[in-house]
Amino acid sequence: MSGKSVALRVGRYRPEHAAEPYFDEYDVPASNDMVVLDALNYVKDHVDGSLAYRWSCRMGVCGSCGMMVNGVPRLTCSTFLREFRSEPIVVEPLRYFPVIRDLVVDMTDFLEKLRMVKPWIIRGEDKPVEEGEYLQTPDEVDDYKQFSMCINCMLCFSACPVYGQDPEFLGPAVIALAHRYNLDSRDQGRAERQRVLELNNGIWDCTFVGECTVVCPKDVDPAAAIQRSKVSTATRTLRSVVWPFGGRE
Amino acid sequence: MIVGGGAAGIRAAIAAAEISDTLSIALVSKVYPMRSHTVSAEGGAGAAMGADDSPDFHAFDTIRGSDWLADQDAVEAFVAEAPGEIVRLEHWGCPWSREPDGRIAVRAFGGMSVNRTVFAADKTGFHLLHTLFQTSLKYDRIVFYDEFFVTKLLVDDGRCAGVAAFDMRDSEVRCILAKAVILCTGGAGRIFPFTTNAAINTGDGMGLAYRAGVPLKDMEFVQYHPTGLPGTGILMTEASRGEGGLLFNNEGRRFLEDYIPSKMELGPRDILSRAIMQEIEKGHAFEGPYGHYVHLDIRHLGEKTIDTKLFFLRELAKNFIGIDPVHEPIPVRPVVHYMMGGVDTDIMGQTRLAGLYAAGETACVSINGANRLGSNSLTECLVFGARVGRQAAEDALEAVAPPTNLLAELAETEQDRLVGTYLQREGGGERISTIRTDLQTAMERGAGVFRTEESLKEAVEAVSGLRERYSEVAIDDRDRAFNTELVAALELDNMLDVADAVVRSGLERRESRGSHTRRDHEDRDDERFLRHSLAISTAEGAMIEYRDVTITQWPPAERKY
Repeated sequence: MSGKSVALRVGRYRPEHAAEPYFDEYDVPASNDMVVLDALNYVKDHVDGSLAYRWSCRMGVCGSCGMMVNGVPRLTCSTFLREFRSEPIVVEPLRYFPVIRDLVVDMTDFLEKLRMVKPWIIRGEDKPVEEGEYLQTPDEVDDYKQFSMCINCMLCFSACPVYGQDPEFLGPAVIALAHRYNLDSRDQGRAERQRVLELNNGIWDCTFVGECTVVCPKDVDPAAAIQRSKVSTATRTLRSVVWPFGGRE
Repeated sequence: MIVGGGAAGIRAAIAAAEISDTLSIALVSKVYPMRSHTVSAEGGAGAAMGADDSPDFHAFDTIRGSDWLADQDAVEAFVAEAPGEIVRLEHWGCPWSREPDGRIAVRAFGGMSVNRTVFAADKTGFHLLHTLFQTSLKYDRIVFYDEFFVTKLLVDDGRCAGVAAFDMRDSEVRCILAKAVILCTGGAGRIFPFTTNAAINTGDGMGLAYRAGVPLKDMEFVQYHPTGLPGTGILMTEASRGEGGLLFNNEGRRFLEDYIPSKMELGPRDILSRAIMQEIEKGHAFEGPYGHYVHLDIRHLGEKTIDTKLFFLRELAKNFIGIDPVHEPIPVRPVVHYMMGGVDTDIMGQTRLAGLYAAGETACVSINGANRLGSNSLTECLVFGARVGRQAAEDALEAVAPPTNLLAELAETEQDRLVGTYLQREGGGERISTIRTDLQTAMERGAGVFRTEESLKEAVEAVSGLRERYSEVAIDDRDRAFNTELVAALELDNMLDVADAVVRSGLERRESRGSHTRRDHEDRDDERFLRHSLAISTAEGAMIEYRDVTITQWPPAERKY
């Protein structure tokens, strides 16, 4: 950031005008407390209303505004311009997703995979609401809490080289969410979910690069979720071999 | 059909899905449901769960907080069904914070006389929304129309028969028919410049209903939350005070002893916001680049409590203003947070237009009256989302299918309007952002924490002038693929309608009640104004009518704490 303005180089894609993506450059008046999203909003409000991107809460919890900033997946509402020493700051759509327009990517794949792992409480029998809550101690909440913090921003998908190579891979956030329900003391659906996780393109595809955990803005640690799912699957497989009754849990 | 995918919308969708497996339920939303603004709610959800609590206590606190403008039959239904909804969410996996023995924990909140706010640390809205969204994925009969923007309610023979909406991917208008339409589009905080609200909170459902002839009720009541970060307006949760946080002025004094000594930091939001504004006027506030502020101090709670119960607050303060509340007090000032008013509905969420319903912040049932108590809004989304979902589903099972013969023509007419008004208009010259900024400035100046006849008259004039300028609005973006400027133009249309209803309702209410503080009419006037205002759309702007408040067991009394 030099002085009172900052140069932005923004990825554009307008399929009605050009078949290929291109870049536009903008100079934006900048101050020390501005984030990348503020700069984009300045462009949209004052310079070029045609720039398309998603944003909403601007407090790092709705998960809308993920983009590549200088090649790294970031939430633009929480990324300050002052972090960057060199210009221009390059803003591009999240990597590995099809681009609909400018900085807007297609999330359909993510949502389909989310549904595949059944991210809801599964029980043989649900007790009536009138009988009150299922008891769950603070320690039992802590068992899964970290994995429930995912905001679906998809930065981890853009950081994941496996997903980049193989779009069929379930992906970090989806596996983390499956793990979240598996670890919940109220849930009895582990076996159903595990079948999905163990399919081709499930947990075994992960090569443990760990970049998903590095870029996660909410410290969810999807890499740990994937590793723990692998361990749990492997243990059960081993038990089914050495124990006569199939090692049921 | 449900329009809006926040807490109220998804709760309604699930309730409808559980009524009958023969229903097909459309959930139409301009954002993916988990992006909805419910996600930003922090502190908790109120419900009489504790051993020392009862629904009647909850009802009385809510009615007193509302300055007696809430409808008491609606409040009674609300408090009775609240605990069941909290337990239902628990069964669906919501990670409520727990007592050591495993029961759902409750914390203190402003205006509540006992601990009755259930919470999931200080990310209650986030967990609530994701739990609801993930649970909704279980039901194949809920069909998601993600990133569809609704432009118009379809009305056939006096009955709402669906919506016209365009898919943001291609800006192509579709008419989606439904036997029942439920509006759950949230609030309209974006009509003000300084707000906790997300960019998407532009009063879309209110605008749609209003233009279809449904009144907007009690629109003059706009809640300022006492503790937002200067500059961004990011919310510092009321749970910080529930857990023991304190407010100090620039003399290092807990100034609330001058305003509400019996409750201090646990007073209701309208009273605390006024107190801070008065401290600012008296010169007792700190001064910073984004205006005056006071200090919220939670240092004495200690790092452990802060990290378990106020984790998100710490993250937000550290990330956005570089202050770690474990070591430093947080600068805060009142910030626009919530619309008590909204689409006029009855206790089942039904509007006066057959087939049209509303729930959540979009609606005004009313349980919030002139001032909502903190933590009642998430519960309202659950209770009234569920009620309206069930009611609309049952009505839909009885209703005849809307006629399909006009569909193509209707879609074409609406498409032509969008193209003619926005996408192909030549000339013009008003930028969306300029009109929007001028609107926000006018609203803050004329209809802020303190109001007068003069300030409101000026605001009415300003909003009318902006409506005229809006007819000259021009957009840069003429593309069909994901045209966010087209969306912004339509949102501004809704904001202008909502703003007009706010200032005209405010002008006519010549008393002070709850959040509506008139410096020229400082007292509450039950004789003239123990009534709901109803803003009705006319060619000359909102026309205001009144309806009596429903009183059951709590006769109007002085609001004393």
